Amino acid sequence: MDWGQLWTIASAPDNVPIVALLFLVPFFTWLGFRQARANDRLAETLEGDTALAKTHHRKTWPWKPHWTKEVHVWPFLLRVEFLATIIVTVLLFVWSITLNAPLEEPSNPNLTMNPSKAPWYFLGLQEMLVYFDPWIAGVVMPTLIIIGLMAFPYVDSNPLGVGYYTWKQRKVAVSAFCWGFLMWIALIFIGTFIRGPGWVWFWPGTTWDHNAAVYEVNRDLPVLFGIKTQPWQAVFGLVVVGAFYVIAGLVIHLVITWSKFEKKIFERTTMLQYLVFQFFAISILLSMPVKLLIRQVFRIKYVLLTPWFNI
Amino acid sequence: MESDKPAKTESKATGSELEVVGSGFKANIKDELDLLKKKSSKENIREELENLKDPTRTQIYKSIFRVKHEPTPRSRSLGVLTNVFLHLHPAKINRDATRFSYTWGMGGITFYLFIVLTFTGILLMFYYHPTKGQAYRDILYLESDVPFGKLLRNMHRWAAHLMVITTWLHMFRVVLTGSYKTPREFNWCVGVLLLVLTLLLSFTGYLLPDDQLGFWAVTVGTNMARGTPGLGHEGPFGPQLGMTPYNDVRFALLGGSIVDANALLRSYIWHCIAIPVIASVLMAIHFWRVRKDGGISGPAPITLTSEMKSPGARAVKQSVK
Ligand code: HEM
Repeated sequence: MDWGQLWTIASAPDNVPIVALLFLVPFFTWLGFRQARANDRLAETLEGDTALAKTHHRKTWPWKPHWTKEVHVWPFLLRVEFLATIIVTVLLFVWSITLNAPLEEPSNPNLTMNPSKAPWYFLGLQEMLVYFDPWIAGVVMPTLIIIGLMAFPYVDSNPLGVGYYTWKQRKVAVSAFCWGFLMWIALIFIGTFIRGPGWVWFWPGTTWDHNAAVYEVNRDLPVLFGIKTQPWQAVFGLVVVGAFYVIAGLVIHLVITWSKFEKKIFERTTMLQYLVFQFFAISILLSMPVKLLIRQVFRIKYVLLTPWFNI
Repeated sequence: MESDKPAKTESKATGSELEVVGSGFKANIKDELDLLKKKSSKENIREELENLKDPTRTQIYKSIFRVKHEPTPRSRSLGVLTNVFLHLHPAKINRDATRFSYTWGMGGITFYLFIVLTFTGILLMFYYHPTKGQAYRDILYLESDVPFGKLLRNMHRWAAHLMVITTWLHMFRVVLTGSYKTPREFNWCVGVLLLVLTLLLSFTGYLLPDDQLGFWAVTVGTNMARGTPGLGHEGPFGPQLGMTPYNDVRFALLGGSIVDANALLRSYIWHCIAIPVIASVLMAIHFWRVRKDGGISGPAPITLTSEMKSPGARAVKQSVK
């Protein structure tokens, strides 16, 4: 075991943010879900007690009738903001004094960096290059993610949970986003800590071997099924991809209509909202892990082969 | 001085105008002289010093801030509303909205980091030339010779990384609190654009030191553009549409077919001018919309599942309007 290798990666100044992220994301997830749980409990109590529901101020924080509902921004908000800027400033000074920004040799097109990694926040995309061709990983996926994010508020037809943390009232929306967020961070994590020279998979605790010969078996699904000529490869691939969309769509449909409450929300959803949600959920949230699995576990590179592009 | 005023207006009411002005003027001077005689110069100086202790009473202070700073509701409201930097805030907010646990302060911290980056970035620009050869030397010069140059560069770098993190966490918070829902859908979209711009800012900055790290990161990044469907020379239907390495979208990004001097200059201009300007405009819209959409979404009183209005009710309400 060579933990020195892991330490070299983790302690590289440019990777400090990812290490920080490994603590920050769980912390804020905890902070959010703790409040969600408290609110959900309160909701449960009030559902069972209609008399209390009429008089309760509906928050988990203390409140007394003679308290004003609003406070002055000056000083109550401004002092918090002021404090936050001071803390951030101090943090930046400490960070900048203790760690130096990296500077490598002058750029040299004739000397390839190996591994040559994108900045950490783009490592998710770079890691996707393993599972998809560049036009999907580098162009289509980012575009889909941006449009999908923008569409998110418009396809969420659940009117509950505006302005407070909750889990029970918004299970679908919250889990859809968290799933995507988690995947994004997981891909960055793989790209940073696991990928070594030649973008080869090195488990933490192993040493980067610059001469690691990779016997990548690149099998294509149609070929596995003995289909070796066009246009049958394309037809076969289209059928498989189509089947994937249908099955994934059914699974998602089951999930978002699981409970009685979920069904109620589903009734409010228009056809367009439903289809858009399905499209992005399948194309981003499901296709990514499925492609990762069939690549890593079954060593299958392409599912759909056409003369112009492969998926 | 205040006490003079009624006396003046009184005399104005009686005699003819010239006389009044003349006599008023004389009386004024006489008063001033009397005052001076009464007080020793020592006392005068002491009074001036007393005034300094409470700068809010000086003419200079009043000319800048326009309102007195007192712990009264009126003064506190005006203090926010009459200040160009603070007036993005309302005068009053939801008493629970000041809690860290609701917003995590992430939007505000992101904005503060943007300010820090602008400040340190402008300082860096004084020492940086976006030309091949010189760029790398400028970084070495910054690191070794410029007073606090290393600190400056480090701070710009780490603040940029931190801003990416805080933007993600801000978005995460907005999702968990359902703050993207009506009427804030559009502001969420502005936010998504800000997220993209934040990432692009970081990415364009990466090339500027012109070292191996940036060079290869940008090479890897822009190589993906080759595959753009229809617009890249290696993308689906790209070659069929006449794309070559010398006219495709990657060429447009780099100003050439390889990452070289033109790419450096383009990065520099996107990084230092174009994207910051676009991001500033979007931030202005973002903050404006936070206010116009009714301020921060919460912490709001919770709604019960049983109180959910039927979709029919909403349609009826809209048609009544
Ligand atoms: C440069 C990046 C950004 C800056 C400087 C910024 C700044 C802010 C600030 C100061 C607020 C006030 C509330 C708070 O502090 O949480 C806010 C609210 C908001 N932001 Fe951002 N933001 C940025 C990016 C984003 C992103 C990426 C999204 C989502 C995709 C987003 C969506 C929103 C929404 C929906 C609100 C209203 C939240 C509410 O009413 O509770 N913003 N933003």
